[in-house]
Amino acid sequence: MAQRDTEVFDVLLRYGDSVPPVATSQTPGSDRRRIQGKAISIGIATGAYALSFGAISVSTGLTVWQTQTLSLFMFTGASQFAFVGIVGAGGGLVAAVLTAWLLGARNAMYAVSLAPRLDLRGWRRLVGAQSTIDESTAMALAHPEPESTSRYAFWATAAWIYLLWNLGTLVGALGAAAIGDPNDLGLDAATAAALLALLWPRLVDRSMWATALAAAAVAVVLTPVLQPGLPVLAAALVAVAAARISGRRETR
Amino acid sequence: MWIAVLAASLGCYAEKLLGYLVPTSVLESRAFRQISGLMPVALLAALVAVQTFAAGMALTLDARVAALGVAIVALMLRAPFLVVVLLAGITAAGLRMLGWAT
Repeated sequence: MAQRDTEVFDVLLRYGDSVPPVATSQTPGSDRRRIQGKAISIGIATGAYALSFGAISVSTGLTVWQTQTLSLFMFTGASQFAFVGIVGAGGGLVAAVLTAWLLGARNAMYAVSLAPRLDLRGWRRLVGAQSTIDESTAMALAHPEPESTSRYAFWATAAWIYLLWNLGTLVGALGAAAIGDPNDLGLDAATAAALLALLWPRLVDRSMWATALAAAAVAVVLTPVLQPGLPVLAAALVAVAAARISGRRETR
Repeated sequence: MWIAVLAASLGCYAEKLLGYLVPTSVLESRAFRQISGLMPVALLAALVAVQTFAAGMALTLDARVAALGVAIVALMLRAPFLVVVLLAGITAAGLRMLGWAT
């Protein structure tokens, strides 16, 4: 259990959506005010992401309400950016949905790690599930002892992010809707930069770089032969292949 | 579009809930963890590439490439997310306004 937690935490710290400023050393006892402060600063940082998400989403043709629905109900940044990115590039809706799902699969892994710690029942489980994202998981695992503090870190982080992520989305979406024609504003380039900024903190070692470059190459090579959206899905196979290669290395 | 938005949203929510409802051996397996750890890297990298070089089913070199270069420099200088996005947008918009790139 502890082994798995460390592993998940490690993955989060290195590849989390926004690399939250989590402490690696824990002071004993509950230091709720410190956690609260950290949760607010993470919330503000993700709120800034959300501004650009709202603007980009509306510029790709989604309505303000559709954009807000994604932030309210999908509530997982990388999947949301990927969804509107593929829609904006003229990709099929099916490809957009599938890519969002594939990117969201890691949240299931987080939930497995958090389940025994949070011990959720009934409606709390439904709310807790929605709160299971990179940042809240990292915060919960960064404050493992006592369990009540861990839970507090999880809920405080999730609550601030949910609030500011949705607020930021609304402001960004309304702002872009007011501007009108966004094509001259370089929003296609802004989308690429936003996706790159999500990728950047995950490129921590050679295997990550190799996976990223191989996936990018696959997507580019397949662009002229497949419908828009499908090259990205094909690149998902690179992740499967890379996992097999690194898995084989570890068992040796 | 609404159907896609709702399907994608519900699916992503279901994935989160799944981890709480069925901590099966599938989700706990090493292979699943490795794949779901690498998946964001592969998909985001592919998205960046397509978003930069693809115009429909054609490959092009336009203002977006320069914008991505600016974004990379900004990221290497540890600029915040919003600054990276804004700089890229401004770069592409500026090049187009000056007529130096499409």
